[in-house]
Amino acid sequence: MLLIDCPYCGPRPEIEFTYGGEAHRARPADPAALSDEEWAGYLYLRRNPKGRHAERWRHAHGCGRFFNALRDTVSDAFLATYRVNETPPPPTIGPEAAA
Amino acid sequence: MIGAFRTPSGGRIDRARPLRFSFDGRVHHGAAGDTLASALLANGVHLVGRSFKYHRRRGILGAAAEEPNALVTVTRDAARSTPNLRATQVELFQGLRADSQNRWPSLDHDASAVANLLAPLLPAGFYYKTFKFPAWAWRRLYEPAIRAAAGLGRAPAHPDPDRYAQRYAHCDVLVVGAGPAGLAAATLAAESGARVILCDEQAEMGGSLLAESAATIDGRPAQGWLAATLAALARHPRVTLLARTTAFGCFAGNMVALDERVTDHLAAPTPGLPRQRLWLVRARQVVVAAGALERPLVFPHNDRPGIMLADAARTYLMRYGVRVGRRAVVATAHDSAYDAALALHAAGVAIAAIADQRPTPGAAAERVRAAGIAVRSGCVVATTGGRQRVAWAGLMPAGGGATEPVPCDTLLICGGWTPSVHLVSQARGALRFAPETQAFVPDRPVPGQHPAGACRGVFGLAAALADGAAAGEAASRATGHGGARPWRGAVSGDTAWTGGGAPGLAPGVGAGRAFVDFQNDVTAKDVQLATREGFRAIEHVKRYTTAGMATDQGKTANLNTLGIAAAALARPMAEVGLTTFRMPYTPVPFGSLAGAARGDLLDPVRRTPLHDRAAALGAVFEDVGQWRRARFFPRSGEDMAAAVARECRAVRTGAGLFDASTLGKIEVAGPDAARFLDRFYASAVAALPTGRCRYAVLCREDGFIMDDGIIARLAADRFHVTTTTGGAARVLAMMEDYLQTEWPELEAWVTSVTEQWAVLAVQGPRARAVLAPLVDGVDLGTFVHMRMAEGRVAGAPARLMRVSFTGETGFEVNVPADFGPAVWDATLAAGQAHGLTPYGTEAMHVLRAEKGYIVVGQDTDGTVTPDDAGLGWTVGRAKADFVGRRSLARAAMAAPGRRQLVGLLTEDGMRTLEEGAQLVADPHEGPPMRVLGHVSSAYHSATLGHPIALALLTDGRARTGERLFVAMPEGAVPVRVTSPVFYDPEGARLHG
Repeated sequence: MLLIDCPYCGPRPEIEFTYGGEAHRARPADPAALSDEEWAGYLYLRRNPKGRHAERWRHAHGCGRFFNALRDTVSDAFLATYRVNETPPPPTIGPEAAA
Repeated sequence: MIGAFRTPSGGRIDRARPLRFSFDGRVHHGAAGDTLASALLANGVHLVGRSFKYHRRRGILGAAAEEPNALVTVTRDAARSTPNLRATQVELFQGLRADSQNRWPSLDHDASAVANLLAPLLPAGFYYKTFKFPAWAWRRLYEPAIRAAAGLGRAPAHPDPDRYAQRYAHCDVLVVGAGPAGLAAATLAAESGARVILCDEQAEMGGSLLAESAATIDGRPAQGWLAATLAALARHPRVTLLARTTAFGCFAGNMVALDERVTDHLAAPTPGLPRQRLWLVRARQVVVAAGALERPLVFPHNDRPGIMLADAARTYLMRYGVRVGRRAVVATAHDSAYDAALALHAAGVAIAAIADQRPTPGAAAERVRAAGIAVRSGCVVATTGGRQRVAWAGLMPAGGGATEPVPCDTLLICGGWTPSVHLVSQARGALRFAPETQAFVPDRPVPGQHPAGACRGVFGLAAALADGAAAGEAASRATGHGGARPWRGAVSGDTAWTGGGAPGLAPGVGAGRAFVDFQNDVTAKDVQLATREGFRAIEHVKRYTTAGMATDQGKTANLNTLGIAAAALARPMAEVGLTTFRMPYTPVPFGSLAGAARGDLLDPVRRTPLHDRAAALGAVFEDVGQWRRARFFPRSGEDMAAAVARECRAVRTGAGLFDASTLGKIEVAGPDAARFLDRFYASAVAALPTGRCRYAVLCREDGFIMDDGIIARLAADRFHVTTTTGGAARVLAMMEDYLQTEWPELEAWVTSVTEQWAVLAVQGPRARAVLAPLVDGVDLGTFVHMRMAEGRVAGAPARLMRVSFTGETGFEVNVPADFGPAVWDATLAAGQAHGLTPYGTEAMHVLRAEKGYIVVGQDTDGTVTPDDAGLGWTVGRAKADFVGRRSLARAAMAAPGRRQLVGLLTEDGMRTLEEGAQLVADPHEGPPMRVLGHVSSAYHSATLGHPIALALLTDGRARTGERLFVAMPEGAVPVRVTSPVFYDPEGARLHG
């Protein structure tokens, strides 16, 4: 079971959290200005990378806050967690740095 | 009296404490400290079971978790009967009752043993090749017959009466395995300041030390050192010792699952103790010191009772004081069997011969020869004989030649040692093939995991101790501890092994009846056949032959399977690779995994504040998610249809009382509450005046209906929002998502208040008359449809809403949950004169369907827009933006061909349709038929006197009046498409 470091509460077991999909995808300020293709891209297209992935989590059965995490989708290792309004850590961070 | 084959002294059993037990009804005696297996062997019982497929006689092969043959059922009473336990792991207790399995009528005479004669007709893939034709026969003939013949032990028919506990634990270092490596690791980690949990699957900790006699550690005999080390660990404040505890699974983040057998070994389990305890240990570091398992040799008829792993025989002698026979032949491909031969020889067991398949045996052979035992190098067992037990071993020069039968009652075999890398592999640790030991060992360590000792191919007592100490040191250092004294542990008397055996078929012997997987009855011939039939990947060979797929997960089989497959494919073993290890290491009872989560505790039950009132009135309840809701209130002699018809009639003609407390309720507050709800819901909210309600639809960002409910404005900055019963948590989470991540600038806060309010719906033409005497502070005369006000009802503070889910004049009375029962009582009393009738969810459904009111999730399915559902009028089109607006603006969302909500009436006016039934235009159209939609709600309407249905139909509204057909089990039923509003289409009754 994954151990997830909530930026507000500290490390907690995975069952306290819900997954929220890819992070850093702001809802367009004026959706009406977007073409159908652009809107479909916002709605449906995700990077789905192999490796480092910035994603949203919510400490649903804890503080209730959404936050972001960098997770390696190959090893499942969490490289970092950070608050919604913070910028993601630099790409130099890797599994070795997290271990 | 504790067994004819018992030595007069030695071992760790207590000869002064004899224990009576029965096996297949026959009474034997063992001693405290015995396992069932050692006690049976002490009584000369080798035949303990019948094999899975061929029903061959089988004996005890091993001495520990690897045992594939000796599976027994241990029975305490009718409900406490555990099948498929390994006799080698069952601790003996006074009165233990064990029975063999997979035989009828008896172990000696098993009718199904005919399968053994048919073995040539039952090759690998037999089922796939044989039971193909005719197709109908699979379900009616083949499968029932196969199922009847399959399986080993039988599960008890009664519910499990025992209690199982579950526990979370945290530690710096978890050490799995309390053999030499594990003890050294735990000692060093604890001394350096780490919190340590040390677990071991056996009753006694010590691993190989428990059967060690020659070696000394730090100048003390090994067993003395063991006792002192365990005593020190037990005293240590930072150490938890868990014996009888199997680490059976390793999960992400060093979460290791342990199964502790708390009372299984007790003759009379202590009341109050759980039978087993599941530990979920979150370890910062894990030392895996799981040891290694001895491998059998593969040759024809290598499965007779009396054929046993060599080191298992040594263990039975040294630890349990049991001679496994009188005259033994030893066949080996590895040095370790010589230790066994010497030990048995010293205990008076005649060693007829040692057949070493290697051309040049190691130095151990010289020590054995010095003891006067004949060693034949370059020699294999070509076959064996004997009926109830092995009677001779046919020795043959490796590679081929004449076979010489050598009489014996025991054949000890050793093909080498297989490191137990299960937990390493489960944690996704990479393995590599080590040619020097012919074994797969951990390659790159997984972060946080430290394999040590034999499980990583480090054999020998001195080496294992040092390796364990190093792993314990590294693990504790990784948790920020350190500074333990250096490991000393000087060892003498340790014997060194060379070579690693040769996994696979013994050189020059036949492959038929040469068993690789004893538990699943897979032979070398089956594996060879699989490769000939084109299976080249080891995972496919495994699945086709079922080698390694039994409950022992191929502990003794996998490497031999690989060796045979690699030889047949003419590829190196390293290249063919190993199958994946999966949890559990040994079987874990479902009870342990379930823990307390069974019966009433399986899932929380949510009861409304009015539950007891409904129960007192005789309500029949139904499960709605976790909620228990009153479905209908039958009076004496009434069935559900009659009760529902009466309840509906009461609401349509008088007044009904309904418990709507399960509705999700969210309070939204803050200066931006109105702005937030306006952006969130598809319906316009911003301009909603205080004291008014509005029906609102919530879309997902893709434009499809997600939920609906009533939004009531309490104040400029405060709203009471209801959701569907099932959608409450979803909607709240979505609100939090948008507030926290998309619109953090909005000052609005959302709070679930579902359980804070009891909700009484009073509905019907006489609803106002019922409530009027109870209401204080609200003028019901001007309280028109979709008004809300705060006041008092029956003395309780209330949020009163004029809303309706029935089409009648309706009120929803929200009172604080604790006031609910009192207000219910007062309302019923006040309503008596008006015929106020409690009604349940079934009547509620009929009433709402008569009005065409949808239930989200029943009449919508995640592809339905507000317009599709006939709710286009609820969408605030003037709003610049709301969740889902951009998607609803797509051309496809308004294009022809969408499925729309309609009503259906059957032509005969008799049959109630089935929900989910498909709609077609022409029932005689051949396949593939064009499906036009499906029935989403269907009820018998007592008010209208005929059945009604709602459906989602392609271009539905344009088809009003068309004749279509609904596919029902009895045939196509003709229906007429209508408006979804069957009753009071003008809505006049709402405003009464």
